[in-house]
Amino acid sequence: MTTPLVLGATRGQSAVVLEATDLRRTFSVGSRLRPTHVSAVDGVSLQLRAGETLGVVGESGCGKSTLARMLVGLEKPDGGSLRYRGEDVTAGRLRDRRLLRRGVQMIFQDPYTSLDPRMTVGDIIAEPLAATRTLTGAKRRERVAELLDLVGLSPGMTSRFPHQFSGGQRQRIGIARALALEPDVLIADEPVSALDVSVQAQVINLLGDLQKRLGVSVLFIAHDLSVVRHIADRVAVMYLGRIAEVGDTATVYDTPAHPYTQALLSATPAVDRADRGRLARRRVLTGEPPSPANPPTGCRFNPRCWLATDVCRTEVPQLRELPGGSGRLVASHHAEQALAAPVV
Amino acid sequence: MGAPLTDRPAALRVQGLSVTFTGGPIEIPAVRDVTLDVGRGEVVALLGESGSGKSVTARAVMGLIDEHTRVDAEVLMLGDVDLLTTTTEQRRRLRGERMSLVLQDALSALNPVLTIGDQIGELFRVHRGASRKQARRHAIELLGLVGIPGPGQRVDEYPHQFSGGMRQRILIAMAIALEPEFLIADEPTTALDVTVQAQILELLDSLRTTLGMGILLITHDLGVVTEVADRLAVMYAGRVVERGDADSVLTRPAHPYTEALLRSVPQAAQRGGDLLTIPGSPPSPGQVPPACSFHTRCHMAIEVCRTVRPPLEPVAAGRLAACHRSQELLNGVPA
Repeated sequence: MTTPLVLGATRGQSAVVLEATDLRRTFSVGSRLRPTHVSAVDGVSLQLRAGETLGVVGESGCGKSTLARMLVGLEKPDGGSLRYRGEDVTAGRLRDRRLLRRGVQMIFQDPYTSLDPRMTVGDIIAEPLAATRTLTGAKRRERVAELLDLVGLSPGMTSRFPHQFSGGQRQRIGIARALALEPDVLIADEPVSALDVSVQAQVINLLGDLQKRLGVSVLFIAHDLSVVRHIADRVAVMYLGRIAEVGDTATVYDTPAHPYTQALLSATPAVDRADRGRLARRRVLTGEPPSPANPPTGCRFNPRCWLATDVCRTEVPQLRELPGGSGRLVASHHAEQALAAPVV
Repeated sequence: MGAPLTDRPAALRVQGLSVTFTGGPIEIPAVRDVTLDVGRGEVVALLGESGSGKSVTARAVMGLIDEHTRVDAEVLMLGDVDLLTTTTEQRRRLRGERMSLVLQDALSALNPVLTIGDQIGELFRVHRGASRKQARRHAIELLGLVGIPGPGQRVDEYPHQFSGGMRQRILIAMAIALEPEFLIADEPTTALDVTVQAQILELLDSLRTTLGMGILLITHDLGVVTEVADRLAVMYAGRVVERGDADSVLTRPAHPYTEALLRSVPQAAQRGGDLLTIPGSPPSPGQVPPACSFHTRCHMAIEVCRTVRPPLEPVAAGRLAACHRSQELLNGVPA
């Protein structure tokens, strides 16, 4: 990947808030003497525009969470660059981190482990304010009450502890904490997957509502495709550390152009009894997902792809726009062929 | 009410099952008066959120309970065997032989220090008195059956050398090794990716047709239920609140809880809008509201719901629901 791709630049209606270019992250695992390198994220470029929701989907191990951690500055990229409001914050210097923390906040997956059990809810939500020396005393308490109200909890709950709340309420507390510094961007890493079905809907609605009211951009990471379809304006599909396809939600879901997207969508059970038997008609992927410790050469999807040819085994497909294709980008040598033969 | 709703021979019949935890200072009723039946070759889904008593029901049926749990039932029949009168030792022999359980967390359900060949083979050695060699041969056959590539080599590997989906398939291989007539699958695909989930569901589906197995599928995932269930029982706060054939329950629910569950899942047609939500969260088993346990979260609750518990009654052909207002819901009264 030498030419950094500007995703969706053709339709630049709102300003780009967060921009990742060719981000890479490799982990060393195993013995210190003979370490194995796991390529978790390999050249991911993304743009998050003001006020939009970008969904990121993919199976476990595809690098979604590593990407999220790099975007909030919890993980330092090995290569590529990260720009927040035009400022390069890749290096992770103190002032970069300060800037990023004010503007980009994270909502974690597990509301049971992401809140300190020994802190009161008031202290948890006020912590970002305290850490950045924002506001003081009474003003801070006022802000906490305001935030609790914003996420639909009673402002009188500040002196309670996390264990006194249910999973859904804890996730609301996590969201209130993320909003404390009025960030421009929320990175939500599987924010509803640990919650009960009836509670998931509450949190999804809350995120949608907050976005409308505050105009915050959201990067929504999930493995649940129906949730992403519901909430996201654009979707990026990841496979083994790379973006396979990115585009408007409707375009990607209705006319997937990457073979992997097609297989993934066809394996998702529909919540409509009339559609029963859908799974039997799905595109079956042969083999297991390959390990990121030893990724295949060329297109990383080639060993499981039914359209794979020699070129797929040698050349890495770049993200490209299809002729006449509504700003959607796809990284496949055979996207035209895939598009012409939809699955299910 | 206790009569089977199906004409197939029953693999499992449960009537009036209650499970109570007696370990703490007060007794906690986790499951109350559950009636279920699973025919051979049939997939019955038990749908519910966490704490609704689904898994406790499964463990009670299997007889996997400790001394702090009390199980009461009017009827608990596995085929023609009365599970209420069997001794612990007889019950132990039935497990694996005639009924088995697939657990959700495949890594913790397998023994990390034994090869999977040993673990699958153990079933044949204990139940069938097979030799080591025979057991190994059976293990290889089973691994092939559940779709593990290269079973001859992989039989000697340890659980950590397999991916999550493969481990789940190994557990299924162990559960079906002795061709039981009844299988409980407790959230078998919850931890898996959708492409692997599709494979597992397909495998379960082919097993029930080829081996005529009755399957009780425990899940909270409506998509999975929609895809594989023939019949469906919905649990809330330890009780079955609605039960019937999946087609009618999923298209026209007769209990507000089922209806709300169905409408709180994102569907393609109503993208972007607000999802229907159920206020509050599921009650913990120790603090279930009196009368109708759903009344505190129900948008249709009226006075009688707070004072009288609705019994699980027939509401239409082959369907039961426990709600004072099911008829109105079925007749399409505006929500």
